[in-house]
Amino acid sequence: MWLDPANPQLNRNGELHHLLSLEGLPADVLHQILDTAVSFADVTQRDVKKVPLLRGKSVFNLFFEPSTRTRTTFEIAAKRLSADVVNLAINVSSQTKGESVLDTVANLSAMHADMFIVRHAASGAPYMIAKHVAQDIHVVNAGDGRHAHPTQGLLDMFTIRHYKGQFNRLRVAIVGDILHSRVARSQIHALTTLGCPEIRVIGPKTLLPSRVNSLGVHVYHDMREGLKDVDVVMMLRLQNERMNGALLPSAQEFYKYYGLTEDKLALARPDAIVLHPGPMNRGVEIDSSVADGKQSVILPQVTFGIAIRMAVMSILAGN
Amino acid sequence: MKIQIKNGRLIDPKNGLDTIADLYIAAGKVVAVGHAPAGFHANRSIDATGRIVCPGLIDLAVRLREPGYEYIATLESEMEAAIAGGVTSLACPPDTDPPLDEPGLVEMLKFRAKNLHQAHVYPVGALTAGLKGARLTEMAELRDAGCVAFSQAEAPCADTLVLLNALEYAATYGFPVWLRAQDAALARHGVAHDGEVATRLGLPGIPSTAESVALSTILILARETGARIHIARLSSAEGVALIRAAKAENLPVSCDVGIHHVHLCENDIGYFDPNCHLMPPLRSQRDRDALRAGLADGTVDAICSDHTPIDEDQKQVPFSEAEAGATGVELLLPLTLKWANETGADTPAALSLITHRAASILGIDAGHLSIGASADVCVFDPERPWRADAAALRSQGKNTPYAGMELIGRVTHTIVDGAVVFEQK
Repeated sequence: MWLDPANPQLNRNGELHHLLSLEGLPADVLHQILDTAVSFADVTQRDVKKVPLLRGKSVFNLFFEPSTRTRTTFEIAAKRLSADVVNLAINVSSQTKGESVLDTVANLSAMHADMFIVRHAASGAPYMIAKHVAQDIHVVNAGDGRHAHPTQGLLDMFTIRHYKGQFNRLRVAIVGDILHSRVARSQIHALTTLGCPEIRVIGPKTLLPSRVNSLGVHVYHDMREGLKDVDVVMMLRLQNERMNGALLPSAQEFYKYYGLTEDKLALARPDAIVLHPGPMNRGVEIDSSVADGKQSVILPQVTFGIAIRMAVMSILAGN
Repeated sequence: MKIQIKNGRLIDPKNGLDTIADLYIAAGKVVAVGHAPAGFHANRSIDATGRIVCPGLIDLAVRLREPGYEYIATLESEMEAAIAGGVTSLACPPDTDPPLDEPGLVEMLKFRAKNLHQAHVYPVGALTAGLKGARLTEMAELRDAGCVAFSQAEAPCADTLVLLNALEYAATYGFPVWLRAQDAALARHGVAHDGEVATRLGLPGIPSTAESVALSTILILARETGARIHIARLSSAEGVALIRAAKAENLPVSCDVGIHHVHLCENDIGYFDPNCHLMPPLRSQRDRDALRAGLADGTVDAICSDHTPIDEDQKQVPFSEAEAGATGVELLLPLTLKWANETGADTPAALSLITHRAASILGIDAGHLSIGASADVCVFDPERPWRADAAALRSQGKNTPYAGMELIGRVTHTIVDGAVVFEQK
C-alpha cells in the first residue's frame, strides 16, 4: 500500500487509509466523515441499531493505556457495524513481560485483524504501528500521549456543526490544560481546516505549550477576557496528577481562575454551547450547574461519538 | 612498507598545504612531499588522480559500545566503520557498562583496540565514579592508563559542588574536562527541542535554556578554577553566543558540534522518526544557522560524528521511548563536505574541523602531514556520489537519518601508521 509520505494516513487517491491525526487532513475528508456520521446518528436512534457494513471484519481494541469511555464507544460503534470486536488491555499483560509493541501487533495481525484501534501513552505510537502493519490493516488512533485524539476532535466538530450549522463565523475558546492535551491539539487542527476564523486558548502559562502561537491560536490568560463573545466553549479535563505540583498550586485556585462557572459563561454569547471530552472534574474545571445546564452539550457529545466512530470505521473499511 | 600516493590533491590544513603532489611514506612516517627521497623505492603505489589526500580524520565522539554493550556493537564492527569513514583517531566517551572509571577498563580497551591495528583509540575517562556525579575518579591513574580527558558523557553532573571540585581536581593536573551542557532538571522527561514541532506533535520538550543555563554555570566555574573545558555537542544559538563571549575573554574553552546538528533540525522529525531522536535534541532552524555561523567564524572548533550505534529493537518503539542517538562515523566526511559545499567554505577549512583542530582538542600530535609525522592518511574521491544504504553500513548500528540519501565524497583508502587498513573496492 502506497501511503503519502507527507501524510502517511492517506492513500494514493488521497483517501483515508489510517486515521492517525487530524493535522493535514483535507477539509473534504473531514466533511465526508461528518456527513457519514449524520446517517449513522439516525441508525443509533432506531430500534434495530445494526448495519452490516463491517460484517465478518475483526476490530481489535488495542489499549496500551487504560480507558473505559473511549474503548467502550469504539466497541459499541464496531458492533453496530456488525464487526467482531476483541478488547485487549495490554498495559499490564505482555508489556510488563517485555514484549515489544511491534511483537504484540505482529501476533495480533497473524490472527487476521482488519483494524486496530490504538491507544498509547507515547505520542506517535500509532504512526509506528501503522508503519509496520500489513498493508490491508487499518489503524485508528484512539489517543496517543499528548499528540492527538482524532475521533474526539471529530465528534466535537460534529457537535459544533450540529448546533451551529457552520464553522466560518464562529469564535471558539478552548480552556485549561492545553500542554498535555491531545484533545486540544486535534480540536485546533480540525477547527483550522474547517475554516473557523478565531480560535482562542485560555490557560495559565504553565499549561500552554511553549510555541502554542505557532498553532494559529490567540492566547488568553484571563478567562473572562477570553470568553467574551465566544460561540463555543470547549473545556478540557485537568488530570489529577497536575493539580498540585510544579505546574499548578491547587485545584481550588485553578477552579477560581479557570473553572467554568455560570458567571464566566455569561460573558460568552447567550447562545454559546459548552463541550467537555469527559470524564469531568466537577468543581475543578467546570461547575455542576454549567455541566448540567441548558447550554451544555456534553451528553449529546457522547452519543455523537458513537456515530463518528462508526463513520470512521466504515470509511476506512471502504477505502 | 614504503608507499607512494601519487597525483592526488594534497590538502594539509595545518601546514597550509593545498597542491597536487605525491606523498611518500616509509616506516610508518611521512617522509617526503613532492619529490621522492633518495633511494625511495615504493612497495606500493596508490594512484590518487582526481582524489584528495589529507590527514586521517579525527573524530571526537565514537561509541564503540565496549565494554558492556557488545550485543549492540563491538569494537571490531565499529573500528571497521571508522576506517571505512577515513577516521584514523577517535575518542570514545566513557558511557560504557561499566563506565570507564577504572584504569583496568581503560587499559583493556586500549589493548583490544591496539591489537586490531586499525584506528588509534583515545578513551575519555569518567569524571566521577560510575558517572554518578558524586565521587571523583582517580583521574591521574586513568590518565596514566591512557585517558586523554574526563567527562560525564550524557549524565550531567547535577551537583554543582561536585562539578566545581571535579574541575579543580582536573585543573590541578591540567587535565581537560569535556562536558555536555544540559541542565538535568530543565531537560527532565524531554525528548525533543521545546519548539514548534514538539508543540505540534505533543512531545515533551527540552528547552534551549537547558543548554544555556548549564553552560553559564560551567563557564563561571571554568573562570573560577582555570580548568580547561571542552563543550561537547553544542546545540543552540544561545550556546554559540555564550562560547563566543567566553572565547573573547580568553577563557580556555573549546567546543564541538555533532555533524547531524549541522544539517538537521526539529522539522526533520517529520512523523516521529526515531532516527531523529538525538541528544542534544535537533533544535530549530535558527539554532542550526547559528551553529553553522559558529563553524564559519571559528567559535566552534570541531565537528564530530557523535557516533551512537543502537540496536534496532531500541529504535522500533515510539519516539519518546527510543534510545537517543545516530550512527555516523562512516558519514562524517561526506556530511562535513556537504556543509562546506552548502556554505561556500573551502575544502581545507572543512577538513581542518575534522583533522588538526580536533587533534588539538584531544591534545595529540596528529591531524597533519608534516615530514616525520605518523603516516595517518585519508584518500577520498571528492566527486563520487554514493547512497547511504543503512544495511551496507559497516557499523552494527543502522540507525541513521540519512538512510537512502545520496552523499558526495567517498573514502577510497585509509592509512594508519603507514599501513593501508582500508581500501574501497
